[in-house]
Amino acid sequence: MADVNRGNRPLSPHLQIYSPQITSMSSILIRISGIGLIFGALMLVWWLVAAASGPEAFALADGVWTSPFGWLVQLGSVWALWYHALGGLRHLYWDAGGNMEIGFAEKLGWACVFGSFGLTAVTFVIAWIF
Amino acid sequence: MAFVTDRKRAIGLGSARSGTEHHWQMTLSSYALLLLAPLFLIAWGPMLGAAHAEVLAHFARPFPAVITGLMVVVGFQHFRQGVQSAIEDYTHGQTRHLMIVAVACLSYGAMALGLFALVRLAL
Repeated sequence: MADVNRGNRPLSPHLQIYSPQITSMSSILIRISGIGLIFGALMLVWWLVAAASGPEAFALADGVWTSPFGWLVQLGSVWALWYHALGGLRHLYWDAGGNMEIGFAEKLGWACVFGSFGLTAVTFVIAWIF
Repeated sequence: MAFVTDRKRAIGLGSARSGTEHHWQMTLSSYALLLLAPLFLIAWGPMLGAAHAEVLAHFARPFPAVITGLMVVVGFQHFRQGVQSAIEDYTHGQTRHLMIVAVACLSYGAMALGLFALVRLAL
């Protein structure tokens, strides 16, 4: 069997060995932003349930969403949504056989970071105009 | 005794033991959410801070109701499967099983609550 010697083999170095690189950091950030979105998503469900329950429950949920805390959730969730979308787009591009050269991958990583900030700003500007 | 050859047993399964189905479903929901997420921001954003009566009228219209419904279903499905991958990367054994079940409960629970609320708003 292949797993006779399980305890005495060299292990490949893991996260704590490497210094941060944009390729790895931008990848980890996809996971963090995706998992973090659960907070805004559950608050959205609360908002919907409150709206369906009646004016008083809605006033509370909507009040929290439009409070300074709610604005922080809005800002964080919109950024996380855009970052996760751009990061996901990068994976779809690579899955389809896109360019995986290190230099280009690093550029894509930065594009996700700056693109997500840009799209977040655009989202709030559009929301503010309309 | 198994009569199937090792090769036959392994074909198409990979380390996940379920082939590429999970990855393919993530790919599909990713494409869907790339379209749904911006549409959802348009459908929902204007209702933050709006009057209750206005919200009722808004979600009685087809576009906001359908987009929000799709976002809730596809979004929480994508969340469940994505988090499952993260759990499988970092945990093992009983902990892994319990966490996957917990995330499924949370995702489907939130999905059902969201849809229930939406139906009450829309109808």
